[in-house]
Amino acid sequence: MGKVRVLVGTRKGAFILSSDASRKRWEIAGPHFAGWEIFHVNGSPADPDRLYASQSSAWFGQVMHRSNDAGKTWETVGNQFQYDGTPGTHTWYDGSPHPWEFKRVWHLEPSLTDPDTVYAGVEDAALFKTTDAGQTWNELPALRTQKTGPSWAPGAGGLCLHTLVIDPTNPDRLYAAISSAGVFRTDDEGKSWKPVNHGLRSNHIPDQDAEVGHCVHRIAMHPSRPDVLFMQKHWDVMRTDDRAESWREISGNLPSDFGFVIDVNANEPDTVYVVPITSDSLHYVPEGKLRVYRSRTGGDEWEALTKGLPQKDCYVNVLRDALATDQLDPCGIYFGTSGGQVYASADDGDSWEPIVHDLPAVLSVQVQTIP
Amino acid sequence: MIKISLPANLQALAGSSRIVELEVGGPVTQRAVLDALEARYPALRGTIRDAVTKKRRPLLRFFACEEDLSDIALDAPLPAEVASGAEPLLILGAIAGGRDG
Repeated sequence: MGKVRVLVGTRKGAFILSSDASRKRWEIAGPHFAGWEIFHVNGSPADPDRLYASQSSAWFGQVMHRSNDAGKTWETVGNQFQYDGTPGTHTWYDGSPHPWEFKRVWHLEPSLTDPDTVYAGVEDAALFKTTDAGQTWNELPALRTQKTGPSWAPGAGGLCLHTLVIDPTNPDRLYAAISSAGVFRTDDEGKSWKPVNHGLRSNHIPDQDAEVGHCVHRIAMHPSRPDVLFMQKHWDVMRTDDRAESWREISGNLPSDFGFVIDVNANEPDTVYVVPITSDSLHYVPEGKLRVYRSRTGGDEWEALTKGLPQKDCYVNVLRDALATDQLDPCGIYFGTSGGQVYASADDGDSWEPIVHDLPAVLSVQVQTIP
Repeated sequence: MIKISLPANLQALAGSSRIVELEVGGPVTQRAVLDALEARYPALRGTIRDAVTKKRRPLLRFFACEEDLSDIALDAPLPAEVASGAEPLLILGAIAGGRDG
């Protein structure tokens, strides 16, 4: 029987929640890095005991950690993220040019095959890579220096590269999502990139279907069908069937198509999950009800999943990196809230239980399925 | 031996106690003290000052002998009481509001 490990980053430390495959009883370890903001913890698919954590603080800056024993012990690794060359400027909130400044690592995406290789998505938006288990980080500059780079402007959360998706059938192909620039794809492992936002419309930019300027919140892929991606944009839930060459809206009957998270069921590539949020000015769930919405048709038709979730007086948010799925059958779905709850479903989302309900505000949830 | 007082978060990161005692060769300046501190505790690199420019992180302050030394030149001598170890160099986080809880 396998195991599941849920890696939770919060505003005041990291927690590791572990269970066997029944997903009924959970052991909770932490806080690791107590008192620090942990933006993301992720494990290597090639060696599940190898974990990486991004620790950030307005006071003390960026710190990176590595564990070789599934989080029992940690060591600090390199925390120098220096942009390649003279970085130039991007666009500030008021439209003026603003120098690129490294602020923090939002997202860590380990290589599918090499535990020492990890990509890091950072703010201000850029892609870094380590091939020595985190000791040194080097920018893959072709993304930031792509011709649209100077026009990228931050969203409310900053100009962050928050999502990285590796095509498992072609590791040279990566997708990067940046708020608020859009989605970019490389087919040559980061040597060149192109914006792939055709079909997106955003009412916060003067040209609503511009090549870049879209506040993409999250993208997700099922590994068996890498040409299909799903997207939760600032507003609108979207889908592409052609490696992001074109997108179409699949918001359908959702109560709000604003939200942050999106993910795909491990066993059903057309079963997709989102957590609608009221609006961009009301960052909490609509009507005081915490509802995950599931589409079994690859979008357009959505059903509310409510069993075990609070259905009155609930005003939490679920941030973009805070929902994930395991690889078991039936699929487990996990998400963390701004109220410090981590909810889990072991039955494709039909029913939910809190694994833990009083953590600090949750920033990220990652799941490891261990044979 | 000079003494440095670290804030709680950095004590946790360094695995140290609040007061750290260090030998500093040559003139006791901010740069020399922080070089010695980072050599002893590599985990602190980049957390007190920028690793490249050596500029103090904006929300940290350096106090000693009831003086705010945050903005003195990197190579200016620190007070004699710090250099002799009679008084610690206090490194502390600014009271910056708790915006993020």
